[in-house]
Amino acid sequence: MNPLASMISKRIMFGVLTLMAISLLIFVGVEALPGDLAEAILGQNATPETIQAFRTELKLDLPASERYFSWINDFVHGDLGHSLANGRPIAEVIGWRFANSLFLAVTTAVFAIPFAIMLGLLAAIYRDSWFDRLISITTLSAISLPEFFVAYILIALFSVQIPLFPCISTINDDMSFLTKLHAIFLPCLTLALVVIGHMMRMTRAAIINVLSSPFIEMARLKGISNRRIIIKHALPNALSPIINVVVLNLAYLVVGVVVVEVVFVYPGLGQLLVDAVSKRDLPVVQASGLIFAGTYVFLNLMADVLSMLSNPKLRNPR
Amino acid sequence: MIDVELLKRLFSEGKVSRREFIAQTAALGATAALSQSILATNVFAASSEPRRGGRLRIGLSGGSTTDTIDPAASNDMMNQVLINGQLGNCLVEIDHENKPIPELAESWDSSPDTKIWNFKLRKGVEFHNGKTMDADDVIYSINHHRGKDTKSPAKVLVDSIQEIKKEGKYSISFILKSANADFPFLLSDYHLVIVPTTSDFKDGIFSGGYILQKYEPGVRALATRNPNYFKSDRAFFDEVETLGINDVNARTNALKTGQIDVMNRCELKTVHLLKRMKGIEIIRQNGFKHYTFAMQCNTAPYNNNDVRLALKYGVDREQMLKTILRGYGSIGNDHPISSASRYFASELPQRQFDPDKAKFHLKKAGLTNTSFDFHTAEAAFVGAVDAAVIYKETAAKAGININVIREPNDGYWSNVWMKKPWCAVMWGGRPTEDMMFSTAYAADAAWNDTSWKNKRFNELLIAARAELDEPKRRAMYVEMQSIVRDDGGVVVPMFAADLAATSDKIGHGPVSVNWELDGFRAPERWWFKS
Repeated sequence: MNPLASMISKRIMFGVLTLMAISLLIFVGVEALPGDLAEAILGQNATPETIQAFRTELKLDLPASERYFSWINDFVHGDLGHSLANGRPIAEVIGWRFANSLFLAVTTAVFAIPFAIMLGLLAAIYRDSWFDRLISITTLSAISLPEFFVAYILIALFSVQIPLFPCISTINDDMSFLTKLHAIFLPCLTLALVVIGHMMRMTRAAIINVLSSPFIEMARLKGISNRRIIIKHALPNALSPIINVVVLNLAYLVVGVVVVEVVFVYPGLGQLLVDAVSKRDLPVVQASGLIFAGTYVFLNLMADVLSMLSNPKLRNPR
Repeated sequence: MIDVELLKRLFSEGKVSRREFIAQTAALGATAALSQSILATNVFAASSEPRRGGRLRIGLSGGSTTDTIDPAASNDMMNQVLINGQLGNCLVEIDHENKPIPELAESWDSSPDTKIWNFKLRKGVEFHNGKTMDADDVIYSINHHRGKDTKSPAKVLVDSIQEIKKEGKYSISFILKSANADFPFLLSDYHLVIVPTTSDFKDGIFSGGYILQKYEPGVRALATRNPNYFKSDRAFFDEVETLGINDVNARTNALKTGQIDVMNRCELKTVHLLKRMKGIEIIRQNGFKHYTFAMQCNTAPYNNNDVRLALKYGVDREQMLKTILRGYGSIGNDHPISSASRYFASELPQRQFDPDKAKFHLKKAGLTNTSFDFHTAEAAFVGAVDAAVIYKETAAKAGININVIREPNDGYWSNVWMKKPWCAVMWGGRPTEDMMFSTAYAADAAWNDTSWKNKRFNELLIAARAELDEPKRRAMYVEMQSIVRDDGGVVVPMFAADLAATSDKIGHGPVSVNWELDGFRAPERWWFKS
């Protein structure tokens, strides 16, 4: 069997097992939190009778194990269930938000990844020059600042002082694609500033690492130009770590942007997860948690596959 | 101390008439020209003519993705402004003078013992689906909150109704379990919105000034004007867009940059800067919202009134108001009735921070070396933890040792409130003294969070409910406030004002203080100035 195919199938199997374990962890975690949905929703307005009415209607009074297995049973039959808090189907609650999360992540990635890799290459080419130091300092400062701080500075500059972009990115279906892009400019820029530093540093380090190998020395002795050495000879050999860090950042863009969503009022999946956890709305927490975990599993798999493809030794084992 | 600023505020809130305002400012030495110019500029909004048109965009804190449009599940601003300010109506509305006025009811009267209330319904009111409202719809809607299986928080309110009788197509009567002269107020509660009998309470069909077009819980709602609205002098906007913006900085920036026209819950720390900005108006409502430190009177050591009094004398209200609320509020007098209420006891002396009296009462209780555990969390109210620490510091000056215990925000209302013997609590508005007392101070109330059972108080509570003679009734409520102040289990350090901000393009009349944003009614009552 082709080693690539066998690796992929093995990884998918482990992925499914991981997801199962995560669903159990999420369930136990939410159960361990104090209070349940009835108490969280009624809050200060709770009376024993209304709480009881809630629990009976939503079957919250059944034992935890029974509720978990009934959820798992529905889940493997393709039924994600309904939100406990407002009775809407999970697919309807989550679908468009996940699409929004992906939209923000993909838009950011489309311009941040090439930009970061290019900066990393330039930094490696002009290593230790003032240009290298400048981008190192800038990108490192950008990652060191908390993202909400970066976001507020961008809002203060480009929304309040110079009103170029909106400070809240409440996109909806009535907007055209271009209006949406305009609306999410500032959150994209915030996220880009956070991820570019990481990817750029890794690209630079990986390439510099390869540059000290004997075959690069050989190329230099042959008189090949520095630029050609880096792009033609060093980059392909440094791809594996770069792919890994890019994919890690992609995963962050999808699942780790709750703070940015809150600051820019962006209707993504993160805010939904936070609300669902605080209301103990278990089916929604489960579904969003599994989507996040699935994203990680999938992207990690992608990273491994791409690293393999980028490495002829792994591609054609002998 | 009355100054021009206060007068301006009272005038814009409708507590002072135009005539009184001019007379008072003149008495303060302001020239007639000045008072006229104040009338013409600062509170111009109160006199500008309503105008139709435009899209109102409101950015609100208090929306959650778990919200539903069911009035029985409505518990925070986004749904309240949507359901009560745009889509629906109750039988009774509260006006800016805190008086009940007819809404879907046309008029009402009661039997002399105030146990039976007859309501005549407005004729020709059309729901958004075209059905005409009649008695069946009203009964159906109120019954949604009654009975064993209801999940409605309004259950405790409508529990006082024994029976609802249909008297005719447009007439119903409520038979109460016990007398209640304030019953019309109760029907103005924001849960008790009227829907057609065909509704499942989730379809957004009501009778209000705007019709729901799009609704995404906690995110956004869009409603357009109802052309068949039964009130001709309300609902001036063409469209209303409600946005859930929970982050206060995001709300403020959105207002500053013109992305929204109205926001609620300004940041107290920065509102003075916002006030200075051109084109922004701050609306302050001194309402009923107050914070309490509730002691359970059936648990030692709080079963001793000397302990309760010592703790009441040990709090520096002025400092707490200044630090926690930055002055946006007023100090409390250890009872829950606000100065905005009808029967507020202005004659009661204000309780002050008095270390000597606190020491005296503590000594009398024989508990000078006891440490008192005070449970608090930000979930109780914003600043509750800081308030507890300030309390600890000032009480130490009176020799009282308070031990502040910070509780988790999650589950605060289920696991700490009503369970721990002393904790921080927030109470929202109740339009009448009776509703406030019956909710949290009556001996048998579900939320009697101080487990306080005072015989005289409970007798007065029942008697005052049935009393129709105003001076007698007032005297009773004053006595009740005095009993709570001197014997009750609550320290009431302060009443918090509601702060909203609008663009100066928004016009409005005098605002109601019963709930935030003109009693939730901003979309219905406000307009764009030309």
